[in-house]
Amino acid sequence: MASAFEYAPAPESRSVVDIAPSYGLFIDGEFVDAADGKVFKTVSPSSEEVLSEIAQAGSEDVDRAVKAARKAFEKWSALPGSERAKYLFRIARIIQERSRELAVLETLDNGKPIKETRDADLPLVAAHFFYYAGWADKLDHAGYGANPRPLGVAGQVIPWNFPLLMLAWKIAPALATGNTVVLKPAETTPLSALFFADICRQAGLPRGVVNILPGYGDTGAALVEHPDVNKVAFTGSTAVGKSIARSVAGTHKKVTLELGGKGANIVFDDAPIDQAVEGIVNGIFFNQGQVCCAGSRLLVQESVQDELLDSLKRRLNTLRLGDPLDKNTDIGAINSSEQLARITSLVERGEAEGAERWTASCEIPSAGYWFAPTLFTNVTQAHTVARDEIFGPVLSVLTFRTPDEAVAKANNSQYGLSAGIWTEKGSRILAVASKLRAGVVWANTFNKFDPTSPFGGYKESGFGREGGRHGLEAYLDV
Amino acid sequence: MSEQQTRLNVFKTYKLYVGGKFPRSESGRVYEVSDSKGKWLANAPLSSRKDARDAVVAARKAFGGWAGATAYNRGQILYRVAEMLEGRRDQFVREVADAEGLSKSKAAVVVDAAIDRWVWYAGWTDKIAQVVGGANPVAGPYFNLSSPEPTGVVTVVAPQDSSFLGLVSVIAPVIATGNTAVVIASEKSPLPALSLGEVLATSDLPGGVVNILSGKAAEMGPHLAAHQDVNAIDLTGATEGDLARELEIAAADNLKRVLRPRSEDFNESPGTDRMTAFLETKTVWHPTGSLGASGSSY
Repeated sequence: MASAFEYAPAPESRSVVDIAPSYGLFIDGEFVDAADGKVFKTVSPSSEEVLSEIAQAGSEDVDRAVKAARKAFEKWSALPGSERAKYLFRIARIIQERSRELAVLETLDNGKPIKETRDADLPLVAAHFFYYAGWADKLDHAGYGANPRPLGVAGQVIPWNFPLLMLAWKIAPALATGNTVVLKPAETTPLSALFFADICRQAGLPRGVVNILPGYGDTGAALVEHPDVNKVAFTGSTAVGKSIARSVAGTHKKVTLELGGKGANIVFDDAPIDQAVEGIVNGIFFNQGQVCCAGSRLLVQESVQDELLDSLKRRLNTLRLGDPLDKNTDIGAINSSEQLARITSLVERGEAEGAERWTASCEIPSAGYWFAPTLFTNVTQAHTVARDEIFGPVLSVLTFRTPDEAVAKANNSQYGLSAGIWTEKGSRILAVASKLRAGVVWANTFNKFDPTSPFGGYKESGFGREGGRHGLEAYLDV
Repeated sequence: MSEQQTRLNVFKTYKLYVGGKFPRSESGRVYEVSDSKGKWLANAPLSSRKDARDAVVAARKAFGGWAGATAYNRGQILYRVAEMLEGRRDQFVREVADAEGLSKSKAAVVVDAAIDRWVWYAGWTDKIAQVVGGANPVAGPYFNLSSPEPTGVVTVVAPQDSSFLGLVSVIAPVIATGNTAVVIASEKSPLPALSLGEVLATSDLPGGVVNILSGKAAEMGPHLAAHQDVNAIDLTGATEGDLARELEIAAADNLKRVLRPRSEDFNESPGTDRMTAFLETKTVWHPTGSLGASGSSY
């Protein structure tokens, strides 16, 4: 479909970031090769261009990094909180200074639009460090008793959907509370974590306090199973979360898991339709729907279904899919060919099971991994697309007649991470919000994040909270 | 029993407490319970996995109403438990003395502490939300509030040694916040737990909020740990062999919240840990907008 307004390309310059041809592991303040010399390539999902070659950590490297973190723990945890705070403030400031560089880097490695890395990811990363910096010397007042102690070495495994933001969610509270960390970034997005290692050096962070080990799932498993790790923090799939929960059974390791979701976004008949449409779009197409708290199930009151879906489809046809570095781009690339294959197969399953598919008309670039915004109607609760997390730009639409039915359908999920409510009626917002079994409820908004606001799930979406005062508990021996 | 006894006393048939009723085990099985010197006290039901599943059904059914009750109402009911216990203090002193091999005076101290524990938790029901929840000062025009909510159905493997104070210390924090409980009583000393069911039944506690099973933790535990409609498990009494680890592994299937066994002195004042172990945090956002010409804006 020809767009009413043609846009000239407005690409953000790549020249602000200098990606080296290869990177090592970051252990004990140094970039080093993997013990077995293994490397892997990281590609830009929008072009399939190889960005860099990365050392791949094996179990020997995990052991080395945990030892470095253990050694650093003694001094780091003994530092006055006010001194730890100043390191974190330094890091926050350097992130702010280098935020354009990091935004471009993240967009290149992840495929998400520069609009999002620039306006959402990076500001939140800096804010997260700034927020937890302030806690480091105030832990006595956090409600966990006097002088709460850190746990020790934290093994942290993060996903590829918000690489640097998830790093911030893990590292900022860990360091503020006096722990040291070994962090494994996802295999498809290792670069921003390695740039963060450089930021740690610029900030003068003592050696071994932060260690970064790029690698695949086996590296992550070696890390969480390492006997000298005291704390495991994982963000990723529910399946891996369950295997981690099994592997730490019988140990003293403290665990927090932030896993999958199938968020219900509930639109009542009195909702302001235009705002709701924007909220639905933000809920499921932000970051190409590769968001654990995505509003991937639209529950719309039957009486406004047609009106809402007409508006929504009209809006989806205006979304601009393409070069993630273009400042006008709304929908970037899917992170990897594996993820694209998963989305594609779940969508095929949706069609095969009888749901009705509608896909926005937009041109798909010839190189890279792309999936056009898609929605399914005539979806029942038994359909795979209504139950399984697709982790892509695919919305399943279900209907309801009464608030009770909406709540029952929303809660009919193994997950319980997020939910949305759209209505003008205040008492209905509060009544429905209180009945939803979900850790984050957005009313008349969606996908809002803040370092002061605890985030995490009910049920199989995991346990523990990240963010806010609540987020400290995960890293304290309380 | 004393030698002046002129009449044959009436034994009590100890029964389970499930869904507000007092069934025997559906299996028809019982096991002998003896005091610390090996003297027979009673035949307790040897609960089966079917009894455990029935208890989960009862606990799930009770959850909505109990979680939805006002915190004040829950506090009133927990306080009522203390009142009812106080009235049956002598009975529990006798049962605890038998169960734990204590003198009557030492058992009385234990029972008093257990009664006081109910009072302590009765007062917590309408305070914990203010202590662990609150407003979050987000950087934007949004109302943002975090509140604790009960996790759901909690399986409690009660302490094996502290058959009454320990038992009360693990049940009360679970239900104070609105969870419902399926409790596996101390295997060796289940009688105070089974009698507690009679107290709970007369304390306005809705049926199914607490369900008490006697029998073997090693037999029922794996079924409850793997049960898909149980949300959390307290492993305090799973001290036998490798049981705690096995149950934690089974619990991972639906990511139950797990409270691992730890050394604990139930005589000490409890903190809030046992309550927060079975609380979720829900955070609700809403735009505050601004009062423009239209009256509101998102």
